[in-house]
Amino acid sequence: MIEILQVLIFGIVLGSIITLGAVGLSLLFGILRFANFAHGDMMTVGAYLALVFVAGLGWPIYAAFPMALAGGAVVAIAIDRVLYKRLRRTAPVILLISSFGVGLMLRSLVQFIWGPQSLVYEPGIQFPLEIFGLRIKPDHLVILAGVIILVILLHLFLQYTKMGKAMRAMSDNMDLAEITGIETERVIMWTWALGGALAAGAGIFLAMDTRLQPFMGWNMLLPVFAAAIMGGIGKPYGAIAGGMTVGIAEEMSTLFFSPAYKSAVAFALMVIILIVRPTGLFGGRSR
Amino acid sequence: MSLLEVNGIYGGYGGADILHGVELRVEPGEIVVIIGPNGAGKSTVMKAIFGLVPVREGRILFSGEEITNLRSSIIVRRGMSYVPQEYNVFPSLTVKENLEMGAFIRTDDFSEQLAHVFEIFPPLKDKRRQAAGLLSGGERQMVAIGRALMLTPRLLMLDEPTAGLSPQVVDLIFERIRTINDLGISFLMVEQNAKRALSFAHRGYLMTMGRSRFEDTGPNLLANPDVMEMFLGG
Repeated sequence: MIEILQVLIFGIVLGSIITLGAVGLSLLFGILRFANFAHGDMMTVGAYLALVFVAGLGWPIYAAFPMALAGGAVVAIAIDRVLYKRLRRTAPVILLISSFGVGLMLRSLVQFIWGPQSLVYEPGIQFPLEIFGLRIKPDHLVILAGVIILVILLHLFLQYTKMGKAMRAMSDNMDLAEITGIETERVIMWTWALGGALAAGAGIFLAMDTRLQPFMGWNMLLPVFAAAIMGGIGKPYGAIAGGMTVGIAEEMSTLFFSPAYKSAVAFALMVIILIVRPTGLFGGRSR
Repeated sequence: MSLLEVNGIYGGYGGADILHGVELRVEPGEIVVIIGPNGAGKSTVMKAIFGLVPVREGRILFSGEEITNLRSSIIVRRGMSYVPQEYNVFPSLTVKENLEMGAFIRTDDFSEQLAHVFEIFPPLKDKRRQAAGLLSGGERQMVAIGRALMLTPRLLMLDEPTAGLSPQVVDLIFERIRTINDLGISFLMVEQNAKRALSFAHRGYLMTMGRSRFEDTGPNLLANPDVMEMFLGG
């Protein structure tokens, strides 16, 4: 029993990291109508940006965190201006392949600058807290709290700000948004900023949970996609449920299978859910 | 000076032209309807005016300024709003949010205009927190027109605002259009229900095969046997 609970905790932590990635991915899809294959690598970039402040400038991680989020947003906007903006009216598959290329470039860039070896923010071992016989790392609590805060902030943004409402409007109907007078390009810029910042946050939490490594985000892309699709792609709120489901399922599966099959479990689960509910857990768009 | 002047426009979605030299104008304060058989290009004219269908030849003037082939996001800032026939609300947004989106480019306080729209369409006030996608057809049309009013346009273009609505709701929508018109806002409308629309409008155009054929006051068009024959014979 205690073992199951312990794995559940790991699952919740992993699920919250996946959630953060999936929410951004889903938001981007809802507005730009393409699957951003560079999302995992945007996570990696965010994690390494935080490293610049932590290892380079000696800042504590909580101070580096907002800087890296801002950095992730800037990187995402820059990529959009240079590349995606020119491809705005092309077929989604072209955007998808382009994002694949962007991912490859980001990954190589990270490896070029920081090298292929694993790195950590703070060397040393963190001793887990013992709570009712469960071992919980302080970092896990930080990650969970961080994700909850970011998701709440995103929720408030989407529900109560003019820009957030415009994002939902554009996700509903792009053409109508245009003829209504919504400045679609500005909304797209904000969407990339949010997507980039959320990806950076997910990357930093992932690095806290494991280590920094140039392929860390790329390796997370499949579960992040599974979570976004499961929640109904284009629906950021569904991605929360999708993320937690995938994270918990992946960790729980380690009780029965080798951890090497984690991603396969996430995908199998996604396929099953899509068979039962073709538009995702919360009925996202079927297009 | 006419509010809107369409001078012999040709155009279509690429490929063959749908519009073959359409002529029409809207004077300040007028309600003008376009009638005609299916496929005459009625909706296409509106889309062309609003920059949604490329115009190959001819000119469109709004308040004397050329707007031919401008982007709709620019035209809307000049004081013209357009309500498409279908998919004209943001379904997942609430009624109030839909109206707020109509005022997106306004940087001033638009609460007065919002109150005004609720005054024109009282049912919307009660349902302001409901998702627009869950409303009835008539209410959705009210949201769409209300949203277009948020920028206090000089010209409002409506594409078949009463399509698929019950007779009582049709009456209500026409009545409201009259109310809004009394405030000094001009209308250009496409209507399927020709008799109803012509008896209601100041002026009308009969379009067939991408051309405006007849132009007259509503009653005169209705009384013109050629018009009715063309309309029915299409």
